[in-house]
Amino acid sequence: MKRILTTTVAASALALMIGMASTNVQAEQLDPNAKPGGEIVITYKDDVATLDPAIGYDWQNWSMIKSLFDGLMDYEAGTTTLRPDMAESYEISPDGQTFTFKLRKGVKFHNGREMTAEDVKYSIERVVNPATQSPGQGFFGSIKGYEEAAAGKADGLSGITVVDPLTVKFELTRPDATFLHVMAINFSHVVPKEEVEKYGADFGKHPVGTGAFKLAEWTLGQRVVFEKNPDYWNTGLPYLNKITFEIGQEPIVALLRLQKGEIDVPGDGIPPAKFQEVMSDPAQKARVVEGGQLHTGYVTMNVNIPPFDNVKVRQAVNMAINKDRIVQLINNRAVPANQPLPPSMPGYAKDYKGYPYDAAKAKELLAEAGHADGFETDLYVMNTDPNPRIAQGIQQDLAAIGIKANIQALAQANVIAAGGEKEGAPMIWSGGMAWIADFPDPSNFYGPILGCGGAVPGGWNWSWYCNEDLDKKAAEADSIVDPAKADERYKMWSDIYVKIMEDAPWAPVFNEQRFTMKSPRMGGADNLYVDPVHIPVNYDHVYVNDVQ
Amino acid sequence: MSIPASPDLPARPNVSARPKRGVLQKLARRPLAVIGLAVVAIVVLGALLAPWLTNFDPDQQMFDGLTLTGEPLPPNATFWLGTDLLGRDLLTRILYGARTSLIIGIVANGIALIIGTLVGVTAGYFRGWVGSILMRFTDLMMAFPALLLAICLAAVFQPSLWIVALVIALVNWVQTARVTYTQTSSLAEREFIDAERTIGASSARILFRHILPHLVPTIIVWGTLGISTTVLLEATLSYLGIGVQPPTPSWGNIIFENQTYFQAAPWLVFFPGAAILALALAFNLIGDALRDILDPTQRGRT
Amino acid sequence: MIAYLCRRLFQSLLILLGISIITFALLYLLPADPVRQIAGRSATPATVESIRRQLGLDQPFLVQYGRYLWNLVQGDLGRSYIQRSEVSELIVARLPATLLLMVGAIVCELLIGLTMGLLAAVRRGSATDQSLMVASFVGVSAPQFVVGLLLLYVFAVRLNWFPIGGYGTFSHLILPSLTVGILGAGWYARMMRSSMIDVLRQDYIRTARAKGLARATVLIRHALPNAILPIVAMIGIDVGILMGGIVVVESVFGWPGIGQLVWQAIQRVDIPIIMGVTLVSAFAIVLGNLLADIVAPFIDPRIKLR
Repeated sequence: MKRILTTTVAASALALMIGMASTNVQAEQLDPNAKPGGEIVITYKDDVATLDPAIGYDWQNWSMIKSLFDGLMDYEAGTTTLRPDMAESYEISPDGQTFTFKLRKGVKFHNGREMTAEDVKYSIERVVNPATQSPGQGFFGSIKGYEEAAAGKADGLSGITVVDPLTVKFELTRPDATFLHVMAINFSHVVPKEEVEKYGADFGKHPVGTGAFKLAEWTLGQRVVFEKNPDYWNTGLPYLNKITFEIGQEPIVALLRLQKGEIDVPGDGIPPAKFQEVMSDPAQKARVVEGGQLHTGYVTMNVNIPPFDNVKVRQAVNMAINKDRIVQLINNRAVPANQPLPPSMPGYAKDYKGYPYDAAKAKELLAEAGHADGFETDLYVMNTDPNPRIAQGIQQDLAAIGIKANIQALAQANVIAAGGEKEGAPMIWSGGMAWIADFPDPSNFYGPILGCGGAVPGGWNWSWYCNEDLDKKAAEADSIVDPAKADERYKMWSDIYVKIMEDAPWAPVFNEQRFTMKSPRMGGADNLYVDPVHIPVNYDHVYVNDVQ
Repeated sequence: MSIPASPDLPARPNVSARPKRGVLQKLARRPLAVIGLAVVAIVVLGALLAPWLTNFDPDQQMFDGLTLTGEPLPPNATFWLGTDLLGRDLLTRILYGARTSLIIGIVANGIALIIGTLVGVTAGYFRGWVGSILMRFTDLMMAFPALLLAICLAAVFQPSLWIVALVIALVNWVQTARVTYTQTSSLAEREFIDAERTIGASSARILFRHILPHLVPTIIVWGTLGISTTVLLEATLSYLGIGVQPPTPSWGNIIFENQTYFQAAPWLVFFPGAAILALALAFNLIGDALRDILDPTQRGRT
Repeated sequence: MIAYLCRRLFQSLLILLGISIITFALLYLLPADPVRQIAGRSATPATVESIRRQLGLDQPFLVQYGRYLWNLVQGDLGRSYIQRSEVSELIVARLPATLLLMVGAIVCELLIGLTMGLLAAVRRGSATDQSLMVASFVGVSAPQFVVGLLLLYVFAVRLNWFPIGGYGTFSHLILPSLTVGILGAGWYARMMRSSMIDVLRQDYIRTARAKGLARATVLIRHALPNAILPIVAMIGIDVGILMGGIVVVESVFGWPGIGQLVWQAIQRVDIPIIMGVTLVSAFAIVLGNLLADIVAPFIDPRIKLR
């Protein structure tokens, strides 16, 4: 009797647990302090361009899109660690060329329909389809059938197969270590076909996804409102009921309103003029979170234009710039950089010393290169504050070693065009257009901006640096798909970047820090407010403390 | 609205010489004009003597020009007007900035005057379809939102001092064209011109000896008033970041570079702002007085 | 009158056409590639070329212009390269803010300018007259962005009487309107002064005074209306001057109008928006001029339609 009872109890307990496990799966840990409810206000200066995941590529709409849509993969909140999101699990074939994802069951779009593997295939094919004009098309280059699809010659991607409604298989033409990151990027987020076809090109203004929030209101130029998605598959999230994004707010106005308690987070950060004031007040300083960004500000030197074709000249430039002083110009809101990768990027070479600030040595190097009397050149820069100022700071440092750099402050598009010409711009200060990583992987800092593939007319490799050996090494590193070998892979990338610094096509200057200030009522771990991926704030995981 | 014809004057070749000698005296009797002239004189002197008036270079970014956290210094004993966001002495930059404003103001206005006079006189004298086309074109340019045109032009060319002056001139010539057109066409209708034509005088002779001299007062008036407009336009373009290239100081780009600090360091905005106002005002006052003296028929009209 | 109207309408159309072609040409000549902006930094050359072809940006100038014109007459201003929304939608969403600002500016101009001019004319030759006229000059000579920043600093930041930029309530409207209006107030002050002086010299004024009417009554009931009329006729022309201030003032105050829209568009070479806003502004200017010219002869019989 007792045995039957025990077994039954055990069996039913087991069944209960299994039952709970399958219907109440949570992808992430919930914060025990968080109470659901509440509304917050975030301000931005610039208009939100679009909320279409296939198109949105602004730092501003990037995380907004992440809250409206989901992809197969995502990152642990506040970190750069990958985890499965809408995929329940995944398998990678031993040769690293086939990825199979098992999707969660019961994920619903905001319009009520359940998401299936067909939707995943549709969404990615949509991005690759040239008619969509998506800036993210190139990320999927490793999928079989990409060439034909991207040229518009094929209807879909042959490399994506819908195995069953909850399983999707990707076949790649080469082993791609970054593929999981690509599955986490906005361009892979899943969209419902019927809504896209209904709205056509206006889908960006009427987004429908599977995300934690849905779009409640959009008044052009004034306000965007998100509402909690009550059917979100990740039960327990999000905590907030509503987020209001107010547009057209100058950073100074936003900060003053924050101080008055009218808003919760100024999305554009603390304006420089107020920075000192805020940080010297302990009460306000306590509400400021500082974190790194996957960003580097650098000066590019065009190796096609003499005298920058001489490595000694480029090294001299690296040693001539007083990075501490430049950082001082932006209120110490950055850290000096000595390599292309930012410190928070895996693969950052912690022990690499880089070029020291040594004007005398720099002059020596110039003399060795045959330019003892210096030379004249142009320094291109974007003409929005504070970039012309930083350029002038650099200009003065260069003048100290005899390089007369004339500043060309132009509209962003004009600078980009000059950089993309083979002999267009000898030097460019990247501020305002500097590279921010698309995903937290060292390879992202290579291809378009330092690899041979980017050194083409219209490309973003403004130094036109092309080292075929390094390209080969890069491809090798990216074929190490096995997650167990990740450290080995990162080491390879570190070596690549150190080698690049020996050739010095860039003079890295600083890595900007992010400072997010929040209102007293906002809760959640600090790293949510300087999330390196969901910038600036991870809307899905933050909460307020004053919920009734 | 057309300007009523001036009373008949016999055609005198040196009709322009006489007013000039009396003009300065007449100006001297008007206090507002005197103030205007004084301000212009101060600005010109400041611009010329800039190297000797201060100890600093306008481009010199000084380490002790900023606090350790990168904030500018308020006016103090070393830096009389304080420093800007790069640690440069503001007074020095404002003095050198006067050069930029004056040069661009005068050059741009000069080019605008030349273009405007050419267009207006040609249209007014030759009439016919040439005149028609020129005047329609002038109407078109008047309807163009000036600042947008300037911004587009500036984006097409690589900016430099002369390009900025050219851009401003291209936006500003229409007023002069209008005015010279009206005057020329009314002059050209008068009898003595017909008489000249009958005796076989060439167009060039008529233009230079009989028409242009009558236009001189108008050109002087509009020339002076125009400098005020070009100074303001240069300041605006620099404020938008599309004026002269840094580090060349211009009152407008000083404000552009430092405006994020206007709450904490308002002097960075208001000293150069006051300078722009003063210069533009000065030329307006002088121009208005000149208009009263040289062309009383235009008084009160814009 | 009808003939005049038709002629003017036709001329206005030609003007707008001319402006469109000049702007289109300038934007075409820009040394910047809008396709690069759209395609983004990770795009392959193949992607860029495909986008270029789709947008028709690989066609020769005249073909591109022709297509633009063809769409324009059908009311299609194209789609923003960056935002992908219809330009007309973006402009319509922001136009009310700009119009509101212009109305506010006109109200300020008239209130301040006409009052100043009236006072100056009535106390002609006195110190009041002189100082008011200097003030009007100051208004005309002050750079608008400085005035804006000054007003913002003194009244919003220091005194806290008004919000620091932004949009939404009446108090948000005051400082920007003042900034744009001060320029016009200077003009109107001087015009009002001379208009008033002219009117005060007229016989009927002297008759009214001789009849024993109080000075104030004469002023307000007889002189003022006649003095104001020719000035009010000029308001249409004002539109052109006001348009000039829009880009800068909207930028200083964070005012969500079409000036702010076009400024953002210029940075990103978003050609459809730049074209759209330029044409809309030019249209407003042309319309304003037309109205002013039509209204003028009704108000001031001395003016004849040319």
